[in-house]
Amino acid sequence: MARNRNEAEILSNLSRRGFLITAAGSGLAFSFLTACNNGATAAPSTATPYEPTIWYSMDGNGVVTVNVIRAEMGQHVGTSLARILADELEVPWADVRVKHVDSDPKWGLMVTGGSWSVWQTYPLYSQAGAAGRMALIEAGAKAMGVDPSTCSASDGQVVSGSKKIKYSEIVQKGGLTKTYTPDELAKLPMKPAKDRKLIGKPVTSLDIVEKTNGAAIYGIDAKVDGMVYARPILPPTRNGSKANSVDDSAAKAVKGYQQSVILDDPSGSVPGWVMVIADSWFAAKKAADLVKVNWTPGPTAKTSEKDIQDHATKLIADASKGSVLPAKDTDTAKAFKAAKSTLDATYTTATALHFQMEPLNCLAFQKDGKWEIHTGNQWQSLVLPWLAKALGVQETDVVMRTYRLGGGFGRRLNGDYAVGAALASKAINKPVKMVMTREDDVKFDSPRSASVQKLKMGFDKDGNPIAMEHHVAAGWPTEVMAPFFMPKGEKDAPFDPFAVNGANHWYSVGAHKVRAVSNDLANQAFRPGWLRSVGPGFTNWALESFMDEAAHKLKVDPVEFRVKLLKAEGDNAGSAPNAVGGASRQANVVKTAAQKAGWGQQLPAGTGLGIATSFGQERDMPTWVACVARVNVDKASGKVKVEKLTLVADAGTIVDPDGALAQMQGAALWGMSLALFEGTEFENGNVKATNLGAYNPLRLADAPPLDISFIDSTEAPVGLGEPAVTVVGPAIGNAIFAACGARLRHIPITPAAVKAAMV
Amino acid sequence: MVAFKVNGKAMTVEADGDTPLLWVIRDTAGLTGTKFGCGIGMCGACTVHIGGKAVRSCVTPIKTVEGAEIVTIEGLDPKGAHPVQKAWQDLQVPQCGYCQSGQIMQAAAVLKANPNITDEQIDQMMTGNLCRCMTYPRIRAAVRQAANAMKGT
Repeated sequence: MARNRNEAEILSNLSRRGFLITAAGSGLAFSFLTACNNGATAAPSTATPYEPTIWYSMDGNGVVTVNVIRAEMGQHVGTSLARILADELEVPWADVRVKHVDSDPKWGLMVTGGSWSVWQTYPLYSQAGAAGRMALIEAGAKAMGVDPSTCSASDGQVVSGSKKIKYSEIVQKGGLTKTYTPDELAKLPMKPAKDRKLIGKPVTSLDIVEKTNGAAIYGIDAKVDGMVYARPILPPTRNGSKANSVDDSAAKAVKGYQQSVILDDPSGSVPGWVMVIADSWFAAKKAADLVKVNWTPGPTAKTSEKDIQDHATKLIADASKGSVLPAKDTDTAKAFKAAKSTLDATYTTATALHFQMEPLNCLAFQKDGKWEIHTGNQWQSLVLPWLAKALGVQETDVVMRTYRLGGGFGRRLNGDYAVGAALASKAINKPVKMVMTREDDVKFDSPRSASVQKLKMGFDKDGNPIAMEHHVAAGWPTEVMAPFFMPKGEKDAPFDPFAVNGANHWYSVGAHKVRAVSNDLANQAFRPGWLRSVGPGFTNWALESFMDEAAHKLKVDPVEFRVKLLKAEGDNAGSAPNAVGGASRQANVVKTAAQKAGWGQQLPAGTGLGIATSFGQERDMPTWVACVARVNVDKASGKVKVEKLTLVADAGTIVDPDGALAQMQGAALWGMSLALFEGTEFENGNVKATNLGAYNPLRLADAPPLDISFIDSTEAPVGLGEPAVTVVGPAIGNAIFAACGARLRHIPITPAAVKAAMV
Repeated sequence: MVAFKVNGKAMTVEADGDTPLLWVIRDTAGLTGTKFGCGIGMCGACTVHIGGKAVRSCVTPIKTVEGAEIVTIEGLDPKGAHPVQKAWQDLQVPQCGYCQSGQIMQAAAVLKANPNITDEQIDQMMTGNLCRCMTYPRIRAAVRQAANAMKGT
């Protein structure tokens, strides 16, 4: 899988350099953006810092600065990652600082998404921490005149019997030169789980205080002397529009208006854009409303949601389209022939928006012959080549400074917005600070594509599943923006894992065919985006609703039905290091959640429990999760009230317990919001909803009580930012069925749809 | 020309009278803790206090604040230790944090008016502030904790 390539790249990047780099400091850093400190304010040490790897340094005061390539967008990622390293290094937490780094190529592939940060970084930072600890023990032993084998490290010092020496003293002495080959690194002794001092223990995240007093600096807060403000005027279609001419005569009456610029974009990121420049942002906003642009629109100027979904249905019906995911037995035709009965159903999901709180923005300028791009971004390595192409420079001439993100949720994996600001700055030769209005941001979103999914299951005479098919058609973000990230399915046909994952489940159902189909009309009409929980956010809606339908068809309890199929055999047995136990761990979270939620209890009329489960984002990084939703349906209006959500997750080792809980809380409510409150549709080539009032994510008063727990585990840590999103929608849908007999096959679920589906 | 006070400091602004207070606070006064979210007063990220009341600064033209006493997140407490801020820190409410200045300013104004707030009232008074990270369970708990602190119980 693509993600493993990232990991390999990061690791090889590390080994290319050799492990011990005594290079000079890590270049210029904008400390106001990057520092995240622990409160201590001791004067910096003048001793040469010890830099055992590019990932951290230790100064003469024993203060450790951990270099973090991941963007901070609410996960407290710096805290989690630094604790992994500090635990193995054996330094006190008070001596740890976090630095969010620039986009220097030495950091390797920079991406924050996929719920990968902790999972990918854990082995790397554990080894890096252990290497530093071993080097410090060796140097400390030498300084104390004892054998290293008599030494251990703890709390920032090396100890041998009654003798001890602080890390800070060792660094001050200098001369730490121990190097490790990658093989040696891999063999370094890691601490047993029982000796961990930071991992799994409560902590106050380093970014909390600055987010309560107005001090945290986000992309929208970036500034530089001499900058002008800008707002784009967006073309009638996302792709293929051309701006022919601009009439700004009315805008000239706006005080502070400067000019309007048609952007010429060789990278194709922002086709048809006109940028309005002014002394203040409000002047740019007002002026943009008065500028008239003559466009030649792209071919999708009339495209509607129905066009996109009808096209998906047509593509699914054409067996020659798409890619079948590799699996042991995909010969479903044979199995279906032997089936005594079958079940078919089609599920759909509407276009959904990111609607991150901070509208898209970027500050771009030139400094010392380099382009400086200051913004919040989740995938610097993706947008750097676009910026270079747009500006006509080398990638090494572009530096990105990543600020705090006022919400990422996948929107800022696609850095297209930065290209617009950079091109405007190039055109007028001034620093440009672009800020979109909310309406611009929504119109220029990379939405989660609408989807159509067809599922089919065949049963033997005893009602056991013997064959299953799941066909998924949607816009493919990875095909459009990062085709090099697409793995190959049968017949070498590439597929977008982020538009189909989740369908390749861990149930043992006999022959199993999963087919992913790219909706080329969606890809043309808009730029499909990766949205928190990506593929499983819609495939699990279909899968887990369908599993419920199958259980009811067979008159089997939906919990029992799932547990019986989570056999942990064959392909679903699991493997080390990430999926030890396989489907048995999924069965365990299903059973645990059911028990906690009082599955099987007598409930008042109109109230029901529904269950759904998932392995999270990817088969080779399974986060086992289950949800029981309790809902009440008002039969007269069809209105659904979610009374409680009970969630259980097995994510292996939990690094930061409170941060993990926060991710589960947010993800669960995000899933509920997508299921009941969000969703829009395309109309005349654009999304219909452009601001609150028309697009209404879940509010505080709608948030039900949450009962969230984690399975105790010392297995490899996996991701937590997204998996809980995937189970809540189908759990609610299944609970609605239990409450009133209405089977919903489309999200968002509206009261009218519930009423119409009631039997 | 409009004159008013921000966090106790006198300010005179030359901008057009229809300029939203938000942009004056952010770009003229340089106080960037107050955030821009929706521009139509429906998300609450831009909430500040005017005369002690919670107001959406993105839909407040500066011509309407002549002579007003305005307080932003930076001026809520000299040490950033208002009971609402302390509760927010204690319960680790923020995720991305972008909406939290507005949430805190909203809660501070509401609790100053009525520290004996019921749970239902907390829901009513806070539901106009959108949090896209959906930190709602913690916002509820933190408002309750701050209310208890402000009542002195």
